[in-house]
Amino acid sequence: MTDDTTLLANDNATRHATGDGEADVLVRRATANDLPLVIELDGDNTGLHKPDYWGETFHETERHPGQHFLIAESASSDHEFLGFIVGEVRAWEFGSRPCGWILTIGVVHERRVAGVGSALFDAICERFAADGVKTVRTMLARHDQLNMSFFRSQGMMAGSFIELEKPID
Amino acid sequence: MKLQKATRYGLYAVLELAANPDEQLSAADIAAAYGISGNHLAKVLRDLGRAGLVDSARGAGGGYRFSGNARRVTLLDVISLFEDISSDTGSGDGADTEIGRALDLVLGEIDDIARATFGSITIETLLKTMRWRQEREARAAAPDLASPG
Repeated sequence: MTDDTTLLANDNATRHATGDGEADVLVRRATANDLPLVIELDGDNTGLHKPDYWGETFHETERHPGQHFLIAESASSDHEFLGFIVGEVRAWEFGSRPCGWILTIGVVHERRVAGVGSALFDAICERFAADGVKTVRTMLARHDQLNMSFFRSQGMMAGSFIELEKPID
Repeated sequence: MKLQKATRYGLYAVLELAANPDEQLSAADIAAAYGISGNHLAKVLRDLGRAGLVDSARGAGGGYRFSGNARRVTLLDVISLFEDISSDTGSGDGADTEIGRALDLVLGEIDDIARATFGSITIETLLKTMRWRQEREARAAAPDLASPG
């Protein structure tokens, strides 16, 4: 976890020092106003424009306490949008004890390698811990070197599960 | 998975030097720390030097220093200098049979995972993971010190 993490009064927002002379990052819950920027960033990252999916995801996270949709923004006065992370606590699927799943993360391209992803990761882990789980998990495409390197840099390693699949004829 | 001796020595050297960026270490220092052959390590260090991952200073107080970018260089970058861990499927006796091809699919899957793993772990990440593990073990060994009350 980031050492210099401060809990703010505003909706459990947390301030994360990024180090390396970069500006601090504020991580807070998403609001409906954030959706256009999330949709745009996800579209840039994945090449797919999915407004319905993001609208539904946002409303689901609003309804369920174990689901988290967080926004990173600059802690300076302009509150520039820097990225987002979505995750939720799931229990007993695949025989797994309750754990926090990171479903997706996105950081604005120009703001990468500046501690934004780490701030988002730390923030969602804090919320998972507050939900009572002790493990965080995600799933990645094997050739997604960018995200795999990022999650490994946060200390994540291969867990005890392995994904299997086959085409259905 | 078993890596060749030179590969393992190369990883030891790169990681040891990257973990001590302010020090210059001789081949003998590193060899002694890992209980390995100094002569063999010296050869490995020359290969690492040619690849731009270490540089050396001669004379008294000289030695090797890590010169790569620890946030960019991956374990696969180091391993690839010493051995080819790409899939060797579709060749060899019996490879061009139904069973040979089915077996190659499984072996290719394992190789693919190995490459993805080595290629996603940077030198900095490995050192950071090692420090986290040490801290966690220290906390587990002294639980009273970790609790505020």
